Amino acid sequence: MIGRAWKEIPRGAVIPEPGNAHHYQTGDWRSFRPIWLKDRCIQCLRCWIMCPDSAIITEDGKVVGIDYSHCKGCGICANECPAKVDAIKMIKEDEADDFDKIASSIPDSGSVGEVNRTEPKTGLRADEGHRRSGANAGAVGREA
Amino acid sequence: MGKRVALTGNEAAALAMKQINPDVVAAYPITPQTDIVQYFSSFVHDGKVKTEFVTVESEHSAMSATIGASAAGARAMTATSSQGLALMWEMLYIASSYRLPIVMPVVNRALSGPINIHCDHSDTMGARDSGWIQLYSESAQEAYDNLIQAVRIAEHPDVRLPVMVCFDGFITSHGLENLEILEDSEVSEFIGEFEPEYSLLDPEHPVTFGPLALQNYYFEFKRQQADAMTKVAAVVRRVGMEFEKVSGRHYELFEEYRLGDAEMAMVVANSTAGTAKEVVDELRAQGKKVGLLKIRMFRPFPKEEIAAALSSKQIVAVLDRADTYSTMGGPIYNEVRSALYDEKLRPLTMSYIYGLGGRDVGLDDIRKVFSDMEASRTAGKVSEPINYLGVHE
Ligand code: SF4
Ligand code: SF4
Repeated sequence: MIGRAWKEIPRGAVIPEPGNAHHYQTGDWRSFRPIWLKDRCIQCLRCWIMCPDSAIITEDGKVVGIDYSHCKGCGICANECPAKVDAIKMIKEDEADDFDKIASSIPDSGSVGEVNRTEPKTGLRADEGHRRSGANAGAVGREA
Repeated sequence: MGKRVALTGNEAAALAMKQINPDVVAAYPITPQTDIVQYFSSFVHDGKVKTEFVTVESEHSAMSATIGASAAGARAMTATSSQGLALMWEMLYIASSYRLPIVMPVVNRALSGPINIHCDHSDTMGARDSGWIQLYSESAQEAYDNLIQAVRIAEHPDVRLPVMVCFDGFITSHGLENLEILEDSEVSEFIGEFEPEYSLLDPEHPVTFGPLALQNYYFEFKRQQADAMTKVAAVVRRVGMEFEKVSGRHYELFEEYRLGDAEMAMVVANSTAGTAKEVVDELRAQGKKVGLLKIRMFRPFPKEEIAAALSSKQIVAVLDRADTYSTMGGPIYNEVRSALYDEKLRPLTMSYIYGLGGRDVGLDDIRKVFSDMEASRTAGKVSEPINYLGVHE
């Protein structure tokens, strides 16, 4: 997908739509991916509190997965998850294709929850045309 | 119709600012612009304007505060010269890229070094690619008139770009001139109310200014700026026509002085045009077909119009009060020469760098350029395309 034409975007790089951080897909930055191991999780919600990108998805007060469109792979969640529980593992992003293999090699992991529920709304999508380009795909919508 | 008064260029600029009555002025004094800030601050003190005057610690801050004010929806102005403009550098690009209609008088002064406080155009010519519109002014009258028109040009919905109004340090800024001014009410009626496109202070429509735009969108915003520049000439013309109705003074993209049937033409900006007009009259009296094209709008450059005005000439000499250090002559020379390239008829061209650091330019210097032109025309070629006029040899 290519980006929107120069005639169609607000001039002066003004962003007339507030609360648009959702459109800025920090997931592009990630070099490590957290894997949430559902059956180990004790639902203490520490990861949800600590995640700086609100990328831990909850439903009815329970963790249900990770939003990989916004998770930038900082590893805070894995660090904060109680040591005895250890329900979040960080794996290298370029090994993420072997996701299932890795998950099944972890003892007591049970099923692995991977959830990506990001549905960008209208407005400037910073990642258009640059998804997986390897570049820091920019931030119309965010201060440097 | 307005009344006649004797004012210096800086007084005229300060008066224009008073009549524009901006919401915010953030400025820092620098020779030879100092009087503008001084006079304007006294208007603020005496309650003659409603302006919020922000005293700042540098020109970088002056431009930053002006940008902030403009983004907040205020009609905002500042003024500077030389090193002050240089210190504003990075913020100039921010102002134009945010599409903020800031108007700024710039009193032309040489850039250091060596340290110098006198007139040349190295300051504004250095900023020629910063995305600002540039209007040059021969006299205090033109500086005054250009400032008032600049508000309309900058704020026009097709444009929304900042404007520098340039005039010569000391020669114009400190020279006393008899000029005609408008009534306050005429100016406020002419410029109208400022209607910002976006405002940071509008809680009903919250906006973000100054985001990051990398490989994905930076290019598109720069493309928008380039497009806006293509709209400027028409707006400058229209505003000039409306201004004539109020003031009786006529403004075009540039001034043609006895140029129509001229065979040899000189191109120059700002106060030296006055000296050149004297010499043109003198040579005309001797039956020589000479004329002058005085640059007014340099950014954007009125390529087609200038090519049309000059292509039928036999030879054109372009005087620049700044060098590009490219070994290719002065900045105006390069634009004029480039504009002529697509013409079927192309005159011979010569570049003259003159008046750097305030070196005086007299009638004899201008006469010399015309006699050089005559020699080159007779020879049918230019042997010295790049010349330094009035330098100690
Ligand atoms: S690694 Fe964990 S804490 Fe960091 S952004 Fe991703 S989900 Fe949030
Ligand atoms: S910190 Fe660990 S145990 Fe607690 S909710 Fe998150 S994944 Fe589950």
